[in-house]
Amino acid sequence: MALHTHVFKQVVESVTRIHGMPQARYAFVPQPVMGKTAAQLRAYVDGKDPLTGRPVMQEVIEGLTRPAEGDRVEEIKFERSTPRWVDAETEDNLHDLFLDNNWTDKLPIILPTEKRVAEMLAHTRRKPDEVAGHLRSNQFRQPWEFTVEKVAVNAVMAGARPEYFPVILALASTGVSARGSTTSSMAAMVVVNGPIRDEIGMNSGTGAMAPYNHANATIGRAYGLLSQNLQGGSLPGDSYMGSQGNNYAYNSVTFAENEERSPWAPFHVQHGFKASDSTVSIFTGCRSTAFTLGVREQYWREHVRSMLRGMDAHSAPTFVLDPIAARQFIDRGGFDTKEKFIQWVYENALMPAGEYWDYQLIQNYVYPRATFGEEPYASKLKAAPDEMIRMFKPDEIHVVVVGGETNGYWRIIGCNYQKTVSVDAWR
Amino acid sequence: MANETNGGAKISVLNPVGYPPKITPKPMAPRLGSLDGKTLYLVDPRFDDSGLFLRQLQNWFAEHMPSVKTKLVEMSSVYTKDDPKTWETIKADGDGAIIGVGH
Repeated sequence: MALHTHVFKQVVESVTRIHGMPQARYAFVPQPVMGKTAAQLRAYVDGKDPLTGRPVMQEVIEGLTRPAEGDRVEEIKFERSTPRWVDAETEDNLHDLFLDNNWTDKLPIILPTEKRVAEMLAHTRRKPDEVAGHLRSNQFRQPWEFTVEKVAVNAVMAGARPEYFPVILALASTGVSARGSTTSSMAAMVVVNGPIRDEIGMNSGTGAMAPYNHANATIGRAYGLLSQNLQGGSLPGDSYMGSQGNNYAYNSVTFAENEERSPWAPFHVQHGFKASDSTVSIFTGCRSTAFTLGVREQYWREHVRSMLRGMDAHSAPTFVLDPIAARQFIDRGGFDTKEKFIQWVYENALMPAGEYWDYQLIQNYVYPRATFGEEPYASKLKAAPDEMIRMFKPDEIHVVVVGGETNGYWRIIGCNYQKTVSVDAWR
Repeated sequence: MANETNGGAKISVLNPVGYPPKITPKPMAPRLGSLDGKTLYLVDPRFDDSGLFLRQLQNWFAEHMPSVKTKLVEMSSVYTKDDPKTWETIKADGDGAIIGVGH
Protein backbone atom coordinates (compact mmCIF):
# COMPACT_ATOMS: atom_id res chain seq x y z
CA MET A 1 0.00 0.00 0.00
CA ALA A 2 1.40 3.39 -0.97
CA LEU A 3 0.51 6.92 0.01
CA HIS A 4 1.20 9.83 -2.30
CA THR A 5 0.44 13.52 -2.46
CA HIS A 6 -2.51 14.27 -4.68
CA VAL A 7 -0.75 16.23 -7.43
CA PHE A 8 1.03 13.02 -8.42
CA LYS A 9 -2.15 11.13 -9.36
CA GLN A 10 -1.34 10.90 -13.08
CA VAL A 11 2.27 9.98 -12.40
CA VAL A 12 1.25 7.20 -10.01
CA GLU A 13 -1.24 5.79 -12.49
CA SER A 14 1.24 6.00 -15.34
CA VAL A 15 4.20 4.50 -13.48
CA THR A 16 2.23 1.61 -11.97
CA ARG A 17 0.78 0.82 -15.41
CA ILE A 18 4.11 0.79 -17.22
CA HIS A 19 5.57 -1.43 -14.50
CA GLY A 20 2.76 -3.93 -15.03
CA MET A 21 0.99 -3.13 -11.77
CA PRO A 22 -2.13 -1.17 -12.74
CA GLN A 23 -3.98 -2.61 -9.73
CA ALA A 24 -1.41 -1.41 -7.20
CA ARG A 25 -3.12 0.03 -4.13
CA TYR A 26 -2.59 3.64 -3.25
CA ALA A 27 -4.29 6.59 -1.63
CA PHE A 28 -3.60 10.30 -1.66
CA VAL A 29 -3.10 13.04 0.91
CA PRO A 30 -2.90 16.76 0.13
CA GLN A 31 0.25 18.33 -1.26
CA PRO A 32 2.52 19.46 0.39
CA VAL A 33 3.72 17.27 3.25
CA MET A 34 7.00 19.18 3.43
CA GLY A 35 7.08 21.84 6.16
CA LYS A 36 3.80 20.90 7.80
CA THR A 37 3.42 20.64 11.59
CA ALA A 38 2.65 17.39 13.36
CA ALA A 39 -0.92 18.58 13.89
CA GLN A 40 -1.34 19.42 10.23
CA LEU A 41 0.02 16.03 9.20
CA ARG A 42 -2.29 14.31 11.66
CA ALA A 43 -5.15 16.18 10.01
CA TYR A 44 -4.06 14.64 6.69
CA VAL A 45 -4.23 11.18 8.29
CA ASP A 46 -7.62 11.85 9.86
CA GLY A 47 -8.91 13.60 6.76
CA LYS A 48 -10.12 12.60 3.35
CA ASP A 49 -8.33 11.66 0.19
CA PRO A 50 -8.61 14.91 -1.82
CA LEU A 51 -9.19 12.99 -5.04
CA THR A 52 -11.79 10.45 -3.94
CA GLY A 53 -13.37 12.27 -1.00
CA ARG A 54 -13.10 9.08 1.08
CA PRO A 55 -11.32 8.87 4.45
CA VAL A 56 -7.61 8.30 3.93
CA MET A 57 -7.36 5.58 6.57
CA GLN A 58 -10.37 3.75 5.19
CA GLU A 59 -8.59 3.58 1.84
CA VAL A 60 -5.38 2.46 3.52
CA ILE A 61 -7.03 -0.37 5.42
CA GLU A 62 -9.07 -1.48 2.42
CA GLY A 63 -5.96 -1.41 0.29
CA LEU A 64 -4.25 -3.79 2.73
CA THR A 65 -7.17 -6.12 3.28
CA ARG A 66 -9.55 -6.20 0.32
CA PRO A 67 -8.82 -7.79 -3.03
CA ALA A 68 -9.58 -5.17 -5.63
CA GLU A 69 -11.86 -5.86 -8.54
CA GLY A 70 -10.01 -6.15 -11.80
CA ASP A 71 -6.91 -7.84 -10.39
CA ARG A 72 -6.92 -10.06 -13.46
CA VAL A 73 -3.95 -8.45 -15.16
CA GLU A 74 -4.17 -10.84 -18.09
CA GLU A 75 -7.16 -8.88 -19.34
CA ILE A 76 -5.18 -5.68 -19.71
CA LYS A 77 -3.70 -4.83 -23.08
CA PHE A 78 -0.06 -3.92 -22.75
CA GLU A 79 1.30 -4.45 -26.22
CA ARG A 80 1.88 -1.23 -28.10
CA SER A 81 3.79 -0.33 -31.20
CA THR A 82 4.91 2.87 -32.83
CA PRO A 83 4.27 3.08 -36.57
CA ARG A 84 7.01 4.40 -38.84
CA TRP A 85 4.64 6.78 -40.58
CA VAL A 86 2.01 9.25 -39.56
CA ASP A 87 -1.19 8.97 -41.59
CA ALA A 88 -0.96 11.23 -44.67
CA GLU A 89 -2.57 14.62 -44.14
CA THR A 90 -2.33 18.20 -45.33
CA GLU A 91 0.59 20.22 -44.06
CA ASP A 92 -1.62 22.34 -41.82
CA ASN A 93 -3.31 19.30 -40.33
CA LEU A 94 0.03 17.63 -39.68
CA HIS A 95 1.29 20.67 -37.82
CA ASP A 96 -1.87 20.55 -35.72
CA LEU A 97 -1.43 16.83 -35.14
CA PHE A 98 2.18 17.18 -33.98
CA LEU A 99 1.15 20.02 -31.67
CA ASP A 100 -1.87 18.14 -30.27
CA ASN A 101 0.17 14.97 -29.71
CA ASN A 102 2.74 16.91 -27.66
CA TRP A 103 5.47 15.99 -30.13
CA THR A 104 6.81 19.56 -30.25
CA ASP A 105 8.15 22.17 -27.84
CA LYS A 106 5.12 24.29 -28.83
CA LEU A 107 7.16 26.23 -31.36
CA PRO A 108 6.68 25.53 -35.08
CA ILE A 109 8.56 22.52 -36.38
CA ILE A 110 9.82 21.33 -39.75
CA LEU A 111 7.70 18.39 -40.92
CA PRO A 112 9.85 15.25 -41.15
CA THR A 113 9.26 14.17 -44.73
CA GLU A 114 11.06 11.14 -46.10
CA LYS A 115 13.40 13.27 -48.18
CA ARG A 116 14.40 15.50 -45.29
CA VAL A 117 14.99 12.53 -43.02
CA ALA A 118 17.05 10.83 -45.75
CA GLU A 119 19.21 13.94 -46.09
CA MET A 120 19.84 13.84 -42.34
CA LEU A 121 20.68 10.15 -42.44
CA ALA A 122 23.22 10.73 -45.21
CA HIS A 123 25.49 12.43 -42.65
CA THR A 124 26.18 9.32 -40.63
CA ARG A 125 27.57 5.95 -41.63
CA ARG A 126 25.20 4.33 -39.15
CA LYS A 127 22.26 2.42 -40.57
CA PRO A 128 18.78 3.90 -40.13
CA ASP A 129 17.45 0.88 -38.29
CA GLU A 130 20.42 0.63 -35.90
CA VAL A 131 19.47 1.10 -32.27
CA ALA A 132 20.93 4.46 -31.26
CA GLY A 133 20.08 4.39 -27.58
CA HIS A 134 17.57 4.36 -24.77
CA LEU A 135 16.00 7.20 -22.81
CA ARG A 136 13.59 7.69 -19.94
CA SER A 137 12.32 10.70 -18.06
CA ASN A 138 13.48 9.36 -14.68
CA GLN A 139 14.76 6.20 -13.08
CA PHE A 140 11.31 5.03 -12.06
CA ARG A 141 10.19 4.53 -15.64
CA GLN A 142 11.23 1.88 -18.09
CA PRO A 143 13.56 3.13 -20.84
CA TRP A 144 12.27 3.46 -24.38
CA GLU A 145 14.34 2.42 -27.37
CA PHE A 146 15.00 4.27 -30.61
CA THR A 147 16.82 3.93 -33.90
CA VAL A 148 19.10 6.25 -35.84
CA GLU A 149 16.16 7.09 -38.11
CA LYS A 150 14.01 8.14 -35.15
CA VAL A 151 16.75 10.54 -34.06
CA ALA A 152 16.89 11.92 -37.61
CA VAL A 153 13.13 12.55 -37.58
CA ASN A 154 13.47 14.68 -34.47
CA ALA A 155 16.55 16.46 -35.82
CA VAL A 156 14.58 17.47 -38.91
CA MET A 157 11.73 18.72 -36.74
CA ALA A 158 14.16 20.95 -34.81
CA GLY A 159 15.37 22.59 -38.02
CA ALA A 160 18.87 21.16 -37.76
CA ARG A 161 21.04 20.96 -40.86
CA PRO A 162 22.15 17.45 -41.86
CA GLU A 163 25.80 18.18 -41.09
CA TYR A 164 24.87 18.62 -37.41
CA PHE A 165 23.49 15.10 -37.24
CA PRO A 166 26.55 13.34 -35.70
CA VAL A 167 26.41 15.75 -32.74
CA ILE A 168 22.70 15.08 -32.29
CA LEU A 169 23.17 11.33 -32.53
CA ALA A 170 25.93 11.51 -29.94
CA LEU A 171 23.60 13.40 -27.60
CA ALA A 172 20.84 10.84 -28.13
CA SER A 173 23.23 7.97 -27.44
CA THR A 174 24.14 9.18 -23.95
CA GLY A 175 20.99 7.96 -22.26
CA VAL A 176 20.78 11.35 -20.56
CA SER A 177 17.41 13.03 -21.09
CA ALA A 178 17.05 16.76 -21.61
CA ARG A 179 13.45 16.36 -20.45
CA GLY A 180 13.95 14.76 -17.07
CA SER A 181 10.90 14.64 -14.86
CA THR A 182 11.78 16.13 -11.52
CA THR A 183 9.74 18.60 -9.50
CA SER A 184 12.88 20.76 -9.41
CA SER A 185 12.51 21.73 -13.09
CA MET A 186 15.78 20.61 -14.62
CA ALA A 187 17.28 21.60 -17.93
CA ALA A 188 20.38 20.32 -19.68
CA MET A 189 23.54 22.15 -20.74
CA VAL A 190 25.52 20.94 -23.76
CA VAL A 191 29.18 21.80 -24.41
CA VAL A 192 30.75 20.85 -27.74
CA ASN A 193 34.51 20.47 -28.11
CA GLY A 194 36.96 19.66 -30.89
CA PRO A 195 37.08 20.18 -34.65
CA ILE A 196 33.35 19.61 -35.18
CA ARG A 197 32.73 23.07 -33.72
CA ASP A 198 34.25 24.80 -36.73
CA GLU A 199 33.12 22.20 -39.24
CA ILE A 200 29.48 22.98 -38.55
CA GLY A 201 29.91 26.65 -37.69
CA MET A 202 29.13 26.60 -33.98
CA ASN A 203 29.63 29.73 -31.95
CA SER A 204 31.94 29.84 -28.95
CA GLY A 205 32.42 33.61 -28.95
CA THR A 206 30.16 36.62 -28.66
CA GLY A 207 26.60 35.58 -27.93
CA ALA A 208 27.40 31.86 -27.91
CA MET A 209 24.78 31.15 -25.24
CA ALA A 210 22.16 33.30 -26.95
CA PRO A 211 19.92 32.76 -30.02
CA TYR A 212 22.41 33.94 -32.65
CA ASN A 213 23.84 30.78 -34.15
CA HIS A 214 21.97 28.20 -36.19
CA ALA A 215 23.96 25.16 -35.06
CA ASN A 216 23.91 26.09 -31.35
CA ALA A 217 20.19 26.80 -31.53
CA THR A 218 18.98 23.78 -33.45
CA ILE A 219 21.28 21.14 -31.96
CA GLY A 220 20.05 22.14 -28.53
CA ARG A 221 16.45 22.15 -29.69
CA ALA A 222 16.86 18.75 -31.35
CA TYR A 223 18.23 17.35 -28.08
CA GLY A 224 15.07 18.48 -26.30
CA LEU A 225 12.67 17.20 -28.94
CA LEU A 226 14.36 13.83 -29.27
CA SER A 227 14.43 13.48 -25.49
CA GLN A 228 10.71 13.96 -25.10
CA ASN A 229 9.66 11.92 -28.13
CA LEU A 230 12.07 9.04 -27.77
CA GLN A 231 11.54 8.51 -24.03
CA GLY A 232 7.77 8.24 -24.30
CA GLY A 233 6.77 11.83 -23.77
CA SER A 234 7.19 14.81 -21.49
CA LEU A 235 3.73 15.88 -20.44
CA PRO A 236 3.07 18.12 -17.43
CA GLY A 237 1.23 16.22 -14.71
CA ASP A 238 2.06 12.87 -16.25
CA SER A 239 5.68 12.50 -17.34
CA TYR A 240 6.92 15.99 -16.46
CA MET A 241 6.54 17.32 -12.92
CA GLY A 242 8.75 20.43 -12.93
CA SER A 243 6.78 22.73 -10.66
CA GLN A 244 7.93 25.98 -12.24
CA GLY A 245 9.51 24.71 -15.45
CA ASN A 246 12.81 25.89 -16.83
CA ASN A 247 13.28 28.22 -19.80
CA TYR A 248 16.77 26.85 -20.40
CA ALA A 249 15.03 23.71 -21.68
CA TYR A 250 14.14 25.37 -25.00
CA ASN A 251 17.61 24.70 -26.36
CA SER A 252 19.45 23.03 -23.48
CA VAL A 253 22.05 25.84 -23.17
CA THR A 254 24.02 24.51 -26.13
CA PHE A 255 27.33 26.08 -27.12
CA ALA A 256 30.93 25.34 -28.09
CA GLU A 257 33.82 25.88 -25.73
CA ASN A 258 36.13 28.70 -26.81
CA GLU A 259 39.22 26.50 -26.89
CA GLU A 260 41.22 28.96 -28.98
CA ARG A 261 40.93 31.81 -26.47
CA SER A 262 40.90 29.71 -23.30
CA PRO A 263 44.13 29.75 -21.26
CA TRP A 264 43.40 26.21 -20.08
CA ALA A 265 43.00 22.71 -21.48
CA PRO A 266 39.69 22.10 -23.28
CA PHE A 267 36.95 20.43 -21.31
CA HIS A 268 37.05 17.19 -23.31
CA VAL A 269 40.83 16.88 -22.83
CA GLN A 270 40.23 17.08 -19.08
CA HIS A 271 37.96 14.07 -19.51
CA GLY A 272 40.31 11.77 -21.37
CA PHE A 273 39.86 12.75 -25.01
CA LYS A 274 42.46 14.07 -27.42
CA ALA A 275 42.24 17.70 -28.50
CA SER A 276 41.66 16.46 -32.05
CA ASP A 277 38.60 14.45 -30.97
CA SER A 278 35.15 15.93 -31.37
CA THR A 279 32.94 15.45 -28.35
CA VAL A 280 29.81 16.59 -26.66
CA SER A 281 29.43 16.95 -22.88
CA ILE A 282 26.15 17.03 -20.99
CA PHE A 283 25.31 18.67 -17.69
CA THR A 284 21.91 18.51 -16.01
CA GLY A 285 20.19 20.66 -13.44
CA CYS A 286 20.78 24.21 -14.64
CA ARG A 287 18.33 25.78 -12.22
CA SER A 288 20.53 28.35 -10.51
CA THR A 289 22.79 30.97 -12.02
CA ALA A 290 25.01 33.57 -10.36
CA PHE A 291 27.02 36.11 -12.30
CA THR A 292 29.39 39.02 -11.93
CA LEU A 293 31.93 41.09 -13.86
CA GLY A 294 35.65 40.62 -13.55
CA VAL A 295 37.86 39.24 -10.81
CA ARG A 296 38.63 42.17 -8.53
CA GLU A 297 42.07 42.50 -6.97
CA GLN A 298 41.08 43.18 -3.37
CA TYR A 299 37.96 41.16 -2.70
CA TRP A 300 37.77 38.53 -5.48
CA ARG A 301 37.94 35.69 -2.99
CA GLU A 302 35.05 37.06 -0.97
CA HIS A 303 33.04 37.69 -4.14
CA VAL A 304 33.45 34.11 -5.30
CA ARG A 305 32.67 32.71 -1.85
CA SER A 306 29.50 34.81 -1.67
CA MET A 307 28.37 33.59 -5.06
CA LEU A 308 28.96 30.00 -4.04
CA ARG A 309 27.03 30.49 -0.80
CA GLY A 310 24.14 31.75 -2.90
CA MET A 311 23.92 28.49 -4.80
CA ASP A 312 21.74 25.69 -3.54
CA ALA A 313 24.08 23.39 -1.67
CA HIS A 314 22.83 20.38 -3.63
CA SER A 315 23.66 21.81 -7.07
CA ALA A 316 27.37 21.76 -7.72
CA PRO A 317 28.92 24.76 -9.47
CA THR A 318 30.08 24.85 -13.07
CA PHE A 319 32.04 28.02 -13.78
CA VAL A 320 31.23 29.40 -17.23
CA LEU A 321 33.90 31.98 -17.89
CA ASP A 322 34.54 34.49 -20.64
CA PRO A 323 38.21 34.17 -21.68
CA ILE A 324 38.94 37.54 -20.07
CA ALA A 325 37.64 36.26 -16.73
CA ALA A 326 39.57 33.00 -17.09
CA ARG A 327 42.82 34.91 -17.54
CA GLN A 328 41.95 37.18 -14.61
CA PHE A 329 41.61 34.13 -12.37
CA ILE A 330 45.13 33.17 -13.41
CA ASP A 331 46.38 36.67 -12.69
CA ARG A 332 44.67 36.91 -9.30
CA GLY A 333 45.04 33.39 -7.98
CA GLY A 334 47.81 31.83 -10.02
CA PHE A 335 45.49 29.10 -11.30
CA ASP A 336 47.40 28.05 -14.37
CA THR A 337 45.25 24.93 -14.75
CA LYS A 338 41.53 24.36 -14.35
CA GLU A 339 42.34 21.75 -11.73
CA LYS A 340 44.10 24.30 -9.50
CA PHE A 341 41.14 26.63 -9.79
CA ILE A 342 38.72 23.79 -8.98
CA GLN A 343 40.75 22.88 -5.90
CA TRP A 344 40.54 26.47 -4.66
CA VAL A 345 36.78 26.51 -5.18
CA TYR A 346 36.46 23.21 -3.34
CA GLU A 347 38.36 24.61 -0.36
CA ASN A 348 36.47 27.89 -0.32
CA ALA A 349 32.86 26.80 -0.88
CA LEU A 350 32.02 26.62 2.82
CA MET A 351 28.86 26.74 4.89
CA PRO A 352 28.03 26.22 8.59
CA ALA A 353 27.12 22.57 9.08
CA GLY A 354 23.79 23.33 10.70
CA GLU A 355 22.72 25.49 7.78
CA TYR A 356 23.96 22.94 5.25
CA TRP A 357 22.09 19.99 6.74
CA ASP A 358 18.89 21.99 7.04
CA TYR A 359 18.55 22.54 3.28
CA GLN A 360 15.56 20.51 2.12
CA LEU A 361 17.42 19.05 -0.86
CA ILE A 362 20.32 18.06 1.40
CA GLN A 363 17.79 16.42 3.70
CA ASN A 364 16.22 14.58 0.80
CA TYR A 365 19.30 13.41 -1.07
CA VAL A 366 22.43 13.72 1.09
CA TYR A 367 21.36 13.22 4.70
CA PRO A 368 20.08 9.66 4.13
CA ARG A 369 23.40 8.70 2.57
CA ALA A 370 25.32 10.31 5.45
CA THR A 371 23.35 8.45 8.10
CA PHE A 372 24.27 5.16 6.51
CA GLY A 373 27.98 5.90 6.48
CA GLU A 374 28.65 7.13 2.97
CA GLU A 375 31.69 9.42 2.78
CA PRO A 376 32.39 12.27 2.70
CA TYR A 377 28.86 12.94 3.95
CA ALA A 378 29.15 10.82 7.11
CA SER A 379 32.16 12.85 8.28
CA LYS A 380 30.38 16.11 7.54
CA LEU A 381 27.50 14.95 9.70
CA LYS A 382 29.80 14.85 12.71
CA ALA A 383 30.54 18.58 12.47
CA ALA A 384 29.12 20.96 15.09
CA PRO A 385 26.34 23.23 13.76
CA ASP A 386 28.63 26.27 13.64
CA GLU A 387 31.56 24.43 12.08
CA MET A 388 32.25 25.39 8.48
CA ILE A 389 32.03 22.42 6.14
CA ARG A 390 32.67 22.03 2.42
CA MET A 391 29.58 22.31 0.25
CA PHE A 392 30.78 20.27 -2.72
CA LYS A 393 33.20 17.54 -3.77
CA PRO A 394 36.11 18.44 -6.09
CA ASP A 395 34.89 16.14 -8.85
CA GLU A 396 31.53 17.93 -8.88
CA ILE A 397 33.10 21.31 -9.74
CA HIS A 398 33.74 22.18 -13.41
CA VAL A 399 35.02 24.99 -15.59
CA VAL A 400 34.12 25.85 -19.18
CA VAL A 401 35.36 28.85 -21.18
CA VAL A 402 32.96 30.59 -23.56
CA GLY A 403 32.45 34.13 -24.75
CA GLY A 404 33.68 36.75 -27.16
CA GLU A 405 35.72 38.96 -24.81
CA THR A 406 33.45 41.96 -25.16
CA ASN A 407 33.90 42.07 -21.39
CA GLY A 408 35.07 39.85 -18.54
CA TYR A 409 31.69 38.57 -17.41
CA TRP A 410 31.33 35.14 -15.92
CA ARG A 411 28.73 33.05 -14.23
CA ILE A 412 28.26 29.99 -12.09
CA ILE A 413 25.58 27.55 -13.20
CA GLY A 414 24.39 25.00 -10.68
CA CYS A 415 24.44 21.73 -12.60
CA ASN A 416 25.70 18.18 -12.50
CA TYR A 417 28.16 16.91 -15.09
CA GLN A 418 26.89 13.68 -16.60
CA LYS A 419 29.28 12.53 -19.31
CA THR A 420 31.35 13.34 -22.38
CA VAL A 421 30.90 11.20 -25.50
CA SER A 422 32.51 11.03 -28.91
CA VAL A 423 30.86 12.76 -31.86
CA ASP A 424 33.27 11.04 -34.25
CA ALA A 425 31.74 7.67 -33.39
CA TRP A 426 28.48 8.87 -34.93
CA ARG A 427 29.82 10.39 -38.14
CA MET B 1 11.43 19.65 -51.11
CA ALA B 2 8.88 22.39 -51.70
CA ASN B 3 6.77 20.03 -53.78
CA GLU B 4 6.46 17.73 -50.79
CA THR B 5 4.64 20.18 -48.57
CA ASN B 6 3.05 22.91 -50.69
CA GLY B 7 -0.65 23.29 -51.22
CA GLY B 8 -3.52 21.40 -49.65
CA ALA B 9 -2.44 17.99 -50.87
CA LYS B 10 -1.89 15.29 -48.34
CA ILE B 11 1.71 14.42 -47.59
CA SER B 12 3.43 11.68 -45.64
CA VAL B 13 5.79 12.29 -42.76
CA LEU B 14 7.57 10.04 -40.31
CA ASN B 15 6.50 9.42 -36.74
CA PRO B 16 8.92 10.96 -34.19
CA VAL B 17 8.03 8.71 -31.27
CA GLY B 18 10.36 6.00 -29.93
CA TYR B 19 9.56 2.38 -29.14
CA PRO B 20 8.01 1.61 -25.74
CA PRO B 21 9.23 -1.24 -23.56
CA LYS B 22 7.20 -4.39 -23.42
CA ILE B 23 5.23 -4.37 -20.22
CA THR B 24 5.19 -7.53 -18.14
CA PRO B 25 2.17 -7.79 -15.85
CA LYS B 26 3.00 -8.43 -12.22
CA PRO B 27 0.59 -10.05 -9.79
CA MET B 28 -0.34 -8.12 -6.66
CA ALA B 29 0.56 -9.39 -3.22
CA PRO B 30 -2.30 -11.28 -1.56
CA ARG B 31 -4.40 -9.06 0.66
CA LEU B 32 -4.43 -9.68 4.39
CA GLY B 33 -8.16 -10.10 4.97
CA SER B 34 -7.87 -8.61 8.45
CA LEU B 35 -5.22 -6.50 10.16
CA ASP B 36 -5.98 -7.85 13.61
CA GLY B 37 -2.74 -8.94 15.26
CA LYS B 38 -0.73 -8.23 12.13
CA THR B 39 2.61 -6.41 11.84
CA LEU B 40 2.73 -3.50 9.42
CA TYR B 41 5.92 -1.82 8.35
CA LEU B 42 5.67 1.91 7.72
CA VAL B 43 8.42 2.66 5.24
CA ASP B 44 9.88 6.16 5.15
CA PRO B 45 11.50 7.04 1.78
CA ARG B 46 13.12 10.03 3.52
CA PHE B 47 11.86 12.65 1.12
CA ASP B 48 10.24 15.99 1.97
CA ASP B 49 9.49 15.17 5.65
CA SER B 50 7.77 11.87 4.88
CA GLY B 51 8.95 10.42 8.19
CA LEU B 52 7.04 13.07 10.13
CA PHE B 53 3.89 12.08 8.28
CA LEU B 54 4.38 8.39 8.97
CA ARG B 55 4.75 9.07 12.69
CA GLN B 56 1.25 10.51 12.63
CA LEU B 57 0.05 7.46 10.74
CA GLN B 58 1.66 5.29 13.41
CA ASN B 59 -0.13 7.28 16.11
CA TRP B 60 -3.43 6.68 14.33
CA PHE B 61 -2.95 2.92 14.41
CA ALA B 62 -2.00 3.03 18.09
CA GLU B 63 -5.16 4.91 18.93
CA HIS B 64 -7.66 3.25 16.59
CA MET B 65 -6.30 -0.25 15.94
CA PRO B 66 -4.04 -1.11 18.90
CA SER B 67 -3.93 -4.77 17.93
CA VAL B 68 -1.91 -3.82 14.87
CA LYS B 69 1.83 -3.69 15.50
CA THR B 70 3.55 -1.00 13.45
CA LYS B 71 7.25 -0.62 12.80
CA LEU B 72 8.47 2.65 11.32
CA VAL B 73 11.62 2.09 9.26
CA GLU B 74 13.68 4.36 7.05
CA MET B 75 14.90 3.28 3.64
CA SER B 76 18.61 2.57 3.79
CA SER B 77 19.62 5.49 1.59
CA VAL B 78 17.91 7.97 -0.72
CA TYR B 79 14.58 6.97 -2.23
CA THR B 80 16.13 6.74 -5.69
CA LYS B 81 18.09 3.64 -4.68
CA ASP B 82 16.48 0.24 -4.39
CA ASP B 83 16.59 -1.19 -0.90
CA PRO B 84 16.50 -5.01 -1.09
CA LYS B 85 17.61 -5.41 2.52
CA THR B 86 14.59 -3.52 3.82
CA TRP B 87 12.24 -5.39 1.50
CA GLU B 88 13.64 -8.73 2.72
CA THR B 89 13.21 -7.68 6.34
CA ILE B 90 9.58 -6.79 5.70
CA LYS B 91 8.93 -10.08 3.91
CA ALA B 92 10.50 -12.04 6.75
CA ASP B 93 9.07 -10.19 9.74
CA GLY B 94 6.01 -8.32 8.54
CA ASP B 95 2.56 -9.00 7.20
CA GLY B 96 2.23 -5.83 5.14
CA ALA B 97 3.76 -2.46 4.42
CA ILE B 98 2.69 1.10 3.86
CA ILE B 99 5.18 3.31 2.03
CA GLY B 100 4.80 7.04 1.91
CA VAL B 101 4.69 9.74 1.15
CA GLY B 102 5.37 9.27 -2.53
CA HIS B 103 6.18 12.17 -4.80
